[in-house]
Amino acid sequence: MMSKLELKEDRMLEVQFVGDDDVLNHILDREAGAKLKKERTQLLVNTKKIIKKPEYDLEEDDQEVLKDQNYVEVLGRDIQESLKNGSAADGGNKVYSFQNRKHSEKMAKLASELAKTPRKNVSLSLKNDPEIMNIPQCSKGHSASDNVQLKNNDKSATAPSGLKKRLIVPRSHSDSESEYSTSNSEDDDGVAQENEEDTNKVILNQKIPSQNRAVSAPVCKETPSKKMKRDKTSDLVEEYFEAHSSSKVLTSDRTLQKLKRAKLDQQTLRNLLSKVSPSFSAELKQLSQQYEQLFHKWMLQLRLGFNIVLYGLGSKRDLLERFRTTVLQDSIHVVINGFFPGISVKSILNSITEEVLNHMGTFRSVLDQLDWIVNKFKEDSSLELFLLIHNLDSQMLRGDKSQQIIGQLSSLRNIYLIASIDHLNAPLMWDHAKQSLYNWLWYETTTYSPYTEETSYENSLLVKQSGSLPLSSLIHVLRSLTPNARGIFRLLIKYQLENLDNPSYIGLSFQDFYQQCREAFLVNSDLTLRAQLTEFRDHKLIRTKKGTDGVEYLLIPVDNGTLSDFLEREEEES
Amino acid sequence: MATSSVSKGCFVFKPNFKKRKISVPQLQEELNKNLFDSLIEFLRKSYSGFQKSSRDWGCQIKLREIPTAALILGVNVTDHDLTFRSLTEALQNNVSPYVVSLQAKDCPDMKHFLQKLVSQLMDCCVDEETKEGSIQVAQKKTHCSMDSLSSWYTNVTRKTDPKMPRKKRTSSSQWQSPPVVLILKDMESFTTKVLQDFIIISSQHLHEFPLILIFGIATSPIIIHRLLPHAVSSLLCIELFQSLSCKEHLTTVLDKLLLTTQFPFKLSEKVLQILTNIFLYHDFSIQNFIKGLQFSLLEHFYSQPLSVLCCNLPEAKRRINFLSDNQCENIRRLPSFRRYVEKQASEKQVALLTNERFLKEEIQSLLENLHVYHSNYFLVLRCLHQFTSSLPKYPLGRQIRELYCTCLEKNIWDSEEYVSALQLLRMLAKDELMTILQKCFKIFKSTSEKQLGSTAKRIEEFLAQFQNLDEAKEEEDTSGSLSKGLQKTDLYHLQKSLLEMKELRRTNKKQTRFEVLREKVVNFIDSLVREYLLPPETQPLHEVVYFTAAHTLREHLNAAPRIALHTALNNPYYYLKNEALKSEEGCIPNVAPDICIAYKLHLECSRLINLVDWSEAFATVVTAAEKTDADSATSEERNEIIHARFIRAVSELELLGFIKPTKQKTDHVARLTWGGC
Repeated sequence: MMSKLELKEDRMLEVQFVGDDDVLNHILDREAGAKLKKERTQLLVNTKKIIKKPEYDLEEDDQEVLKDQNYVEVLGRDIQESLKNGSAADGGNKVYSFQNRKHSEKMAKLASELAKTPRKNVSLSLKNDPEIMNIPQCSKGHSASDNVQLKNNDKSATAPSGLKKRLIVPRSHSDSESEYSTSNSEDDDGVAQENEEDTNKVILNQKIPSQNRAVSAPVCKETPSKKMKRDKTSDLVEEYFEAHSSSKVLTSDRTLQKLKRAKLDQQTLRNLLSKVSPSFSAELKQLSQQYEQLFHKWMLQLRLGFNIVLYGLGSKRDLLERFRTTVLQDSIHVVINGFFPGISVKSILNSITEEVLNHMGTFRSVLDQLDWIVNKFKEDSSLELFLLIHNLDSQMLRGDKSQQIIGQLSSLRNIYLIASIDHLNAPLMWDHAKQSLYNWLWYETTTYSPYTEETSYENSLLVKQSGSLPLSSLIHVLRSLTPNARGIFRLLIKYQLENLDNPSYIGLSFQDFYQQCREAFLVNSDLTLRAQLTEFRDHKLIRTKKGTDGVEYLLIPVDNGTLSDFLEREEEES
Repeated sequence: MATSSVSKGCFVFKPNFKKRKISVPQLQEELNKNLFDSLIEFLRKSYSGFQKSSRDWGCQIKLREIPTAALILGVNVTDHDLTFRSLTEALQNNVSPYVVSLQAKDCPDMKHFLQKLVSQLMDCCVDEETKEGSIQVAQKKTHCSMDSLSSWYTNVTRKTDPKMPRKKRTSSSQWQSPPVVLILKDMESFTTKVLQDFIIISSQHLHEFPLILIFGIATSPIIIHRLLPHAVSSLLCIELFQSLSCKEHLTTVLDKLLLTTQFPFKLSEKVLQILTNIFLYHDFSIQNFIKGLQFSLLEHFYSQPLSVLCCNLPEAKRRINFLSDNQCENIRRLPSFRRYVEKQASEKQVALLTNERFLKEEIQSLLENLHVYHSNYFLVLRCLHQFTSSLPKYPLGRQIRELYCTCLEKNIWDSEEYVSALQLLRMLAKDELMTILQKCFKIFKSTSEKQLGSTAKRIEEFLAQFQNLDEAKEEEDTSGSLSKGLQKTDLYHLQKSLLEMKELRRTNKKQTRFEVLREKVVNFIDSLVREYLLPPETQPLHEVVYFTAAHTLREHLNAAPRIALHTALNNPYYYLKNEALKSEEGCIPNVAPDICIAYKLHLECSRLINLVDWSEAFATVVTAAEKTDADSATSEERNEIIHARFIRAVSELELLGFIKPTKQKTDHVARLTWGGC
């Protein structure tokens, strides 16, 4: 047996015992590049939890926390008191504490640990594990000597030379070989530490999927002496700036393209997810029933001039829908899906004026419209309106002006607003003035239900846009244009579709386009065409690009499938 | 976007809520009225001063100085609206029909400024005269300049002048040509240039367009000089008006709403503490305080079934007769009532627990007692406050609300502060003591309660005794000096008598008549406190009128959505009471909801997260969790599903604002949070 030391970020040292064979296996297998990650991970002796330790054990922080607690006490926040509210469960110190610097391997490490944890209580079995030894504070020298031992071992082992080299001379790896890279990898003189870190990496690598082959020197600016400094608060600050000021971020370079399944489109995603049976359905149901009991209370509070805002993890859409169907059936109400990308305050006001108040006129500005609505509601006190806003904090509605307008609406006595917020920083939208307009009552409704609707419009990272949305918006925008403009656009679409297979197609040059338009009697001067193009550009329907020859090229930044769908639809209609 | 307009129909509450619903708005209205009254009172004060001074300014108008009132309102911006509204009303009634108020956000530049000014002025004008809508519209679109304004003004005043006597307008009769009052609600946020330009221009036109400015200032008067250079501010004739501080407002509100028997609804110590703390630590907003009060009222009526009895005494007595069996049962279950029953004789106990009619009678008397208790309580509280509010270092607090809180919380006489306060009281000088006693006398005299009527008498007696003390002392002094002067002694006798006198004085010192009396007064107060300032929990049926659910108040008024999110992600067991989710502090079982796992994994990353790594880590965890029930589907399909779940979790985290896509590196996302949440 041989022992390896692991230095954690948390200044906790842990010793792991890994059999020689395991190391050997691991090295060989890494060389072979075989995918054996599951077995690997299981071979590893379990380490103690490395989940980020809150910093409250530090002295300086203690004081901070104390201060916080004073303040909290002053506010009368008694933790025991509230059982319903999640806010009571954790003190603020954990939420607002600084994080330690993370290394990219940590995630994989944590994952493997989480994976290994048996279904039932893990902590016990871990604690009883006789093989784990915790050395709370260990000197540098100790770890370094261990390192040497490790090196010797590695030398004697029949490890492939490349890896051995890397282990012995940690800084000698070449960047081309490494899959990890920083924008500028740092060479530090703290050799001992680097060694340590490197060995660390080796151990860690067992857990990281085997694709992950090489290790680069970690960016570690801190010299040991600095690390030992007890001035933790300033350390924290330094850590913060260290992590945020430099552009160096150490992450692996792997991209999704190398994975087989890269992007799914919305539809397949839904199909796949529908196969997943939701866990904890009984508990979730219990939660939602608990919230449903509040419906009548909400109703009462709404009628008495308060407005209600729901917060907490999980989609609150279903809850609000149920609220609507159970208690709002007999009253006039407007449902606003804030997550809809096309939503705007204007459309909210329009639906109020047109469909609720049956007004057919137009307004000069949004503020005029607001004034009109406000007057209308003030004049006629029998008029009542419920506004249900899903995601009041969505991209489109979170602006200052939108919030001001909605707030003014909600401050009317006979408009009742019930809304949901999801974003972490949503309450920052409201200053004192707005808060007093809204007159909120907060309700925590943690549902854990997936944000299916809310995220389906989002340009999600991993979701390939299927085109259903651009298609509808294309149609929407083009309907508002003149027939000539539509013709111009159709020309461009057709041209783009004709060049479908041309990989070097960069767009239609302006001159050519002008010619074509002229021939089709769509424009009579290039000024008209330019004016038209400006309008397209404003709607983000086209993109212009200067070619190498300085000529402007026009391109529709929508995928071809959508375009052909659009053309088909157009032809059907005409 | 779904709009559903169904036939108009009012939602009908369940009948048993109805009664409460009626009483709630009623009380709320009164709440607001009280606040409003206090505001108006303040405005009158400042306004009368303003009026006086604006008359004096008449001569200065010729000197091209615009009379200006700088109104310092304090930082509680949300309350300002109310203040300005009533100010506008008051001004319109008393000074001039032309009152215009502008906000900074309406006036980004001079053009908008004037436009707003003109349109509002025209509106005022229309309100005053018969509505001439058609002209109105035409005027609105005309180009606005100071010239057109002043010509409009002369026009209007000429037009309205002949009408004046017929209408008998009290307001305008004071002024041949009423000035235009312009209120700038938030002076700090106006752009300097607009303000400066406007002031310079209008000072040029002052002779034909009499203007009075009112600046609403939230911070400090220095801001005027910071915003306006000397050349401009010299055109203003500024007078400062300080509004009542928000703390004083709070005191008035508390005084009129809580420290009175007029409103039966009361707050428990914790609730009151939370409300005042939100006020003092968060916003200084009376409006919010009132909101909290309204909310607690609502919550009380909603959650406490016995709150039907929380109304004035005759009404409550009437309602007692209609109590249902169920409600009687509820009363029997009240802890305070049970304690009360246990103290009774056994026959009475049985009767109380079985006989409805007997119970109802008993409730009536108990409620009456509660009422008496409260009226005594507040009198004694105010009296005690008179005593303690002037003590050095304020051992029991400077404000009556602090004293009230301590009294609500526990037996005040057990507290150290009370003991030290009494000690300090025993050292009061006579005139101080007398002024306090006089104030107390006034307090007690204002009531007609029997028991405390005698207290008033006692205090009167004390006062008389103090007065007598004065006279008696004088007599004593004169007699003493007289006798001394007459006596003839030798040295030995003199020495002896001096020693005797010294001795006598020392023993006398403890028992000066004043000191004896002072001791008596203090003891009297102490006995009053011990008798009447019992904490409300000791009273049977206190649950009917006291709102105690402090945590709901905090949950709904001062919520912490971020912490809730954190808890939900970190500790799903807190919400989903499933044994499988139980875990030790800081870690998460692998069966937890997907988003929790993804969140936990992302915490381990620094600023950027590689999606591939993340997804693989996620897959590792999830496959491990599924291991037991796996092998049903093919591994490829299972992987697909897991990938889909990962996508969902990631996009949910994006929605929640934890991550965002970044272009710094391909297939990476950036973390948006720093720290544990």
